[in-house]
Amino acid sequence: MELLVAAAIGILTMVGIYLILRAHTFPVILGLTFLSYAVNLFLFAMGRLVIDRPPVISPEAAGYADPLPQALVLTAIVISFGMTALIVVLALRGYLETGSDHSALDAPRRPDGRGEA
Amino acid sequence: MTLLLVILIPFLGALIPPLVIRSGRNACAAATGGVTLLALALLLSHAPAVFSGAVPTFGVAWVPAMGLSLSVFADGLGFFFAAMILAIGLLVIVYARFYLSREDPMGRFFAYLLLFQGAMVGVVLSDNIIALLVFWELTSLSSFLLIGFWTKRADARQGARMALVVTGGGGLALIAGLLLVAQAAGSYQLSDILLRGEMVRASPLYLPALLLVLVGAFTKSAQFPFHFWLPHAMAAPTPVSAYLHSATMVKAGVFLLARLWPVLAGTDAWFLIVAPVGLATMLIGAAIALFKDDLKAVLAYSTVSHLGLMTMLLGFGTPLAAVAAVFHIINHATFKAALFMSAGIVDHEAGTRDIRRLGGLMALMPITGTLALLAAASMAGVPFFNGFLSKEMMLEEAAHTAYLGLDFLFPVLATVAAVFSVAYSARFAIGTFLGPARHDYPHHPHDPPLGLWLPVAVLVVPVIAIGLFPAAVAGPLVALTASAVIGGPLPDYHLALWHGLTPALFMSLLAFAGGAALICAFRQADGVRARLPRLDAKAMFEAASGALVVACRRIVAALHDGALSRYMGVTVATLVAVGGYGFWSATHAPGARSLLSVTGPALTAFLALVLASGGVLLFHGERLTALILTGVVGVVVALAFLQFSAPDLALTQIAVDVVTTILMLLALNLLPKTTPREGSRAVRWRDGIVAGLAGLGVAGLAYGVMTRDGTSIADFYLAQSKPGGGGTNVVNVILVDFRGYDTFAEIIVLGIAALAIYALLDPALKGAAVRRIKAMLPRDEAKDAHPLILVVATRVLLPLSLVVGAYIFLRGHNEPGGGFVAGLVVAIALIMQYIASGYGWAAERMKLDAQSMIGAGVAIAGLTGLAAFAFGRPFLTSTFGYLHWPVVGEFELASAMAFDLGVFLTVVGVMVLSLAQLSRVVHRVDPAPESHEPMDVPLESAASGAAGKEG
Repeated sequence: MELLVAAAIGILTMVGIYLILRAHTFPVILGLTFLSYAVNLFLFAMGRLVIDRPPVISPEAAGYADPLPQALVLTAIVISFGMTALIVVLALRGYLETGSDHSALDAPRRPDGRGEA
Repeated sequence: MTLLLVILIPFLGALIPPLVIRSGRNACAAATGGVTLLALALLLSHAPAVFSGAVPTFGVAWVPAMGLSLSVFADGLGFFFAAMILAIGLLVIVYARFYLSREDPMGRFFAYLLLFQGAMVGVVLSDNIIALLVFWELTSLSSFLLIGFWTKRADARQGARMALVVTGGGGLALIAGLLLVAQAAGSYQLSDILLRGEMVRASPLYLPALLLVLVGAFTKSAQFPFHFWLPHAMAAPTPVSAYLHSATMVKAGVFLLARLWPVLAGTDAWFLIVAPVGLATMLIGAAIALFKDDLKAVLAYSTVSHLGLMTMLLGFGTPLAAVAAVFHIINHATFKAALFMSAGIVDHEAGTRDIRRLGGLMALMPITGTLALLAAASMAGVPFFNGFLSKEMMLEEAAHTAYLGLDFLFPVLATVAAVFSVAYSARFAIGTFLGPARHDYPHHPHDPPLGLWLPVAVLVVPVIAIGLFPAAVAGPLVALTASAVIGGPLPDYHLALWHGLTPALFMSLLAFAGGAALICAFRQADGVRARLPRLDAKAMFEAASGALVVACRRIVAALHDGALSRYMGVTVATLVAVGGYGFWSATHAPGARSLLSVTGPALTAFLALVLASGGVLLFHGERLTALILTGVVGVVVALAFLQFSAPDLALTQIAVDVVTTILMLLALNLLPKTTPREGSRAVRWRDGIVAGLAGLGVAGLAYGVMTRDGTSIADFYLAQSKPGGGGTNVVNVILVDFRGYDTFAEIIVLGIAALAIYALLDPALKGAAVRRIKAMLPRDEAKDAHPLILVVATRVLLPLSLVVGAYIFLRGHNEPGGGFVAGLVVAIALIMQYIASGYGWAAERMKLDAQSMIGAGVAIAGLTGLAAFAFGRPFLTSTFGYLHWPVVGEFELASAMAFDLGVFLTVVGVMVLSLAQLSRVVHRVDPAPESHEPMDVPLESAASGAAGKEG
């Protein structure tokens, strides 16, 4: 199971990084979402994987998962929503003002033409 | 305490002059002088103690664990310097009152002057070296303001900048140097360090520390080859030159050398570096001074030369030379400040400072002329003046100093410097005041008002008094200061006019003869000088700083080319490289933790994640498809949280995903629907490889951690959750109680993000943006704008959702749930109304002010925290208790619940504000036809007047 989770984190990271290296805003935003998934899972996994032991105190519980990474990740999820929303709106405003959704300045003048398409 | 006040009073007093200037220039100067006088009086109240050998100290601990404190001490050296700074400061303030013209903003001038004064006193009285360094930098900054006081003059701005770059740059070296000294001595207190000289000199850090400290001291005291900034700083008003560039700031470097003399001096490295630098500076400064025509330039280079003299004496490293250095510091401060002020008077009265246009002023302004001649005689080293005495001591020391076996080097070159010194002093005096009066001065010179010449006279008194009766007048002060410099018993020395027929006397006589000859042959000497190659330090400095700027621009342009993909690429590639290096240079072993076995559902979910991610990777050009696939990934992540015992996370993740998807759909409505294929195949492969390596690294790291056991602080939270926080849902208790401060900051961040979104979208509704939105209309929409089933469903679900939200909120402290999740659920229910029924319909009925909700949320959370103060507890201390309600039974009430309510309100406000703003963009440009029916009707049906009313 650990291998699956680790592989999932790796895949999410890879897709996220590949997408933030694109030259248009929307893929970059999606990439950030993927990176948020990856980072949140990674942080969560630092508490090790435990099944059926939620950190809710009860006399019957046999044990508990580490609550601290969970608390960290919970706030991280909400914060990353705030960040994503802000970036989406930035991208939208930029597009409405300039008519271009490139993530680079002066796309036509860039030497390698990456922002050109 | 009064000792610390000596530093603080000038700083606080700096606020006064700009306020008092409205009451007139006299009041302003009087207030400034009063501040200085107060500081001086407080300092002098310690004089009896200091002269009796005690060292008054005062300290306020700041971070004791790191040895940081704001502590001051006044030993002989610090006391003497502080007294000199404040006393000459007082004279300069009087002088400046009459020097500045009506157009000059005097309030600002005096404010800067007091800032400088405070910083300078701070440097000399600080016991803690961190405090000393801070004050040291403050002297650089405040002198920048003073040199550039006449902001309209280009030379003043350039001079100020040059001074700041050189002394500020040296200050950086000094920071490193003093920290190394502290490291070697094991203390940040100067009073401790001074006792541990042996330890520092034996440390391997000694040489780097010495070099760095010397760079700091040499730049500040304008030692060769950093001497070039001082003459350019003469663009400052003359009171500033008299104060900073004769008596105080430039002496800070010398002060530092004297201060650290017991610690750093006495080694070969010290002697081999410091002594020749001082000698070279003395010689070069004196030689250049002779050929300058500007009175202030002559004095500036003369100051450079005298600073070199002091540095050289300290560099000799012998106690006798240190006494001579201290004595010369006193003497130089008096005669040089007097000369600067005289030069300012001449400039003021005659309208020029050019020696070639002056001469014969003695007849026209006898008082100034007499005072200036007396001071100049001291500068030349004429007997019966104080300059003679310390110069004799210097020559005596130089006479028996051998450098690397060359026993003639120091005596000969010191004599040559003395020759030039006599010559430039004579040229200054003769060229300005003696000879026949002229009739072509730009102004009509006559003696200035009392206020301008009195400070000069006050300074000339010690020049003569010390010159005639050195032991009686200056003896105690020299003994006091020198013993503090040496840090041990004083050597056997005599402050006297007549030492017998010593080598120094012959060197002096030689200097006078040579100086006289040089003045007689000035024209020829000037001709020789004109043919010598010259280095223009200012041009070199400007060229160097210009080249530096160009180089920086190139680097920035290469790294920072405006393309996000490049920044990200460089960052990720660097991280991968560093991580890879760390991986390859370490040893590896498999983890020992027992692993969980793979289950069928888990594998299925994993495959779904792989497929969805792969789909996004390949088809991200089709934006809608990519968005849907991203949603699939989000669901799998939420399932993973659920599987691995994190129900709170699963709830939050799924709710946030819903909101995020809605948000992106709304944005996509206005953005292009596809991304064109970009970049070449090679570029895509390159990005793919970087991303793949990064993914591999992160996966490996995660696997490495997950397969090992580790220690955690979780036990504390698990044990304390119920007894300490009053809740059984540990995650929620951590959020609202143990780590409440984090959560409080976080909801503030969320609120700020939402307000930024509001600010970004609100003004977007005009100009080019509106034209662009209009061009997108009419859009190819679904024919059924507000599908009936969706409308009905969302409205029926609204009250249910609100109840669920309330339920999740209330149980959050003990079961999975809480403010965050409840806020999300409620927000989704509200947002769904916008989606189903349209912005206009929903906004009209929903009288929710999202901004107020955010504000109220943060305020409630904050006030809950503040309430703890009322009970004398720290911010955000929680409490809880149990109420017995008649029907419901036992009911828990925790203050953390009020905090969670704040979180809840903020989250709802943030979500609604962000999404409603996005929906509003289109609505504002193209409002849908308003419907007054209870249900909005499909547009085409409205035409035929059917279906609508039935809902």
